[in-house]
Amino acid sequence: MTIATEDLQRLFALIARDIAARRDHLCELDGAIGDGDHGLAMDAGCEAAAKAVAALDRAQTAPTAVFNAAAKAFLNTVGASSGPLYATAFMRAGAAVKDKSELSDDDFLRAFAALAQGIQERGKAEPGEKTMVDAWKPAADAALAAWASGTPLSQSLDMAEQAARQGCEATKDMTAAKGRSSRLGERVIGHIDPGAASAAIVIASIAKFVEQHDSCRIDM
Amino acid sequence: MKTKKLINAGADAVDEMLQGVLAAHPEHLYAVDDVPRAIIARNGPRKGKVGLVIGGGSGHEPTFLGYVGKGLADAAAIGNVFASPPPDPIMACAKAVDGGVGVLFMYGNYAGDVMNFDMAADMLALDDITVRTVLTTDDVASAPADQTDRRRGVAGNVFIFKAAGAACDLLYSFNEVERAARHANARTYTMGVALSPCSLPQTLKPNFQIGEEEMEIGMGIHGEPGVARGPLKTADAVTDELMDNLLREMKAERGDRVAVLVNSLGSTPMMELYIMMRRVKARLDEAGLVIHTSLVGNYCTSLEMAGASITLMHLDDELQRLIDHPCDCAMFRR
Repeated sequence: MTIATEDLQRLFALIARDIAARRDHLCELDGAIGDGDHGLAMDAGCEAAAKAVAALDRAQTAPTAVFNAAAKAFLNTVGASSGPLYATAFMRAGAAVKDKSELSDDDFLRAFAALAQGIQERGKAEPGEKTMVDAWKPAADAALAAWASGTPLSQSLDMAEQAARQGCEATKDMTAAKGRSSRLGERVIGHIDPGAASAAIVIASIAKFVEQHDSCRIDM
Repeated sequence: MKTKKLINAGADAVDEMLQGVLAAHPEHLYAVDDVPRAIIARNGPRKGKVGLVIGGGSGHEPTFLGYVGKGLADAAAIGNVFASPPPDPIMACAKAVDGGVGVLFMYGNYAGDVMNFDMAADMLALDDITVRTVLTTDDVASAPADQTDRRRGVAGNVFIFKAAGAACDLLYSFNEVERAARHANARTYTMGVALSPCSLPQTLKPNFQIGEEEMEIGMGIHGEPGVARGPLKTADAVTDELMDNLLREMKAERGDRVAVLVNSLGSTPMMELYIMMRRVKARLDEAGLVIHTSLVGNYCTSLEMAGASITLMHLDDELQRLIDHPCDCAMFRR
């Protein structure tokens, strides 16, 4: 059983729904140490990506094109910081599965790791700088390590979800080295980074998607 | 607790504002066909002139689009409220104002703006449009003096863009425009204070909490917290605190000339700005500095935030000439 274009359409719809539900919460987190609009940006971006992806003809569209359509829609709807970061993430995921008509578990895992890679490359942030990288990188590392030791995809992504949640929580005790809050020094301690919080939501959505997808599988 | 605004749907606020701006200022501004967030000067761009593209989030009006016009910026790329514009409108701006000798991007130093404008510059290079970038970093409260490249760009934008736009209009070479823009930025210093928050059109909720007797010192222009929170003081005491920091940074000699901007963050009225201006003048007199020109009013705002910023530009002969150069924009003329 593989992941096809129509499944990816469902994945983007799921991410959009989960982010929309947390929109105001993300704005509140951002209000504490930023300008208070992160929830709006993520909501608008994920919604635009889901819409653009839903409009694709699933019979004619390869997974790589799905990721690229999501990237373009997210970027040009949002701008902000999350636009270039998530657009680059989706483009890297698309590049990781180029020439595939559908995705094996291994392909999907590589696309997931590429998301994190793209965010890190575009934002030039390292772990520990109180950014979304603090959720994405541990998540990708955890998934890759679990997968390499023979853990099935669904459990590997559960590990990613846990790592993302821990990484997000850990941003509370950090000072910021990147982004708007980097100019606030000690005042940001005690506040979760909103980018890491939204990343944890996106990663949880991806884990949930794989779990649902798995439960539809027929044991051979 | 919801704030009150005269808007329609929050999500439409930026585009509906732009439609109103174009309705009000058709002789100054137009939008690129099918790119409503790329606002171009009618009489700015021309062959052989460096094109100046500014831009950033909405909510700071008259920054950025108010400074698009002959003698100042050739175009502004418009983002959502407090959010960088995406690459598409930035590229449309650059293409519309390219006079064949290069395009200069100028905007405040924020991570989102840097990423989007850099992506646009990369894509423009494929179309043989040469782009250079000068970031504004005038907010002295946002990083220590030995790390000026980490500072934010705030209300000083007005003077810095003004100088760079004049250099473009005077047909300086690309190298000279870039040098003048960096020079203008290096000699411009801003610090602000906020008294009450603003709210975003899409949330109608205050974007930070502050007590009745408190003020936020060194607040940014998006409601990001400042350097410290303290008890609300008198206008003179607040002005002194800001001026102490600005004068310390500026290191001017007696007899030097400055340009002054006392700027409202949105809802602080003219009365209060002029009370501050009076104190600014007293402090400059005391320091032996001459006010060459001054601006008082709403120049770089943060929606309906209450508060003000003071900007000093440390003039020399060149900057004085560039600041005095005529410009004709929708919301600013000299």
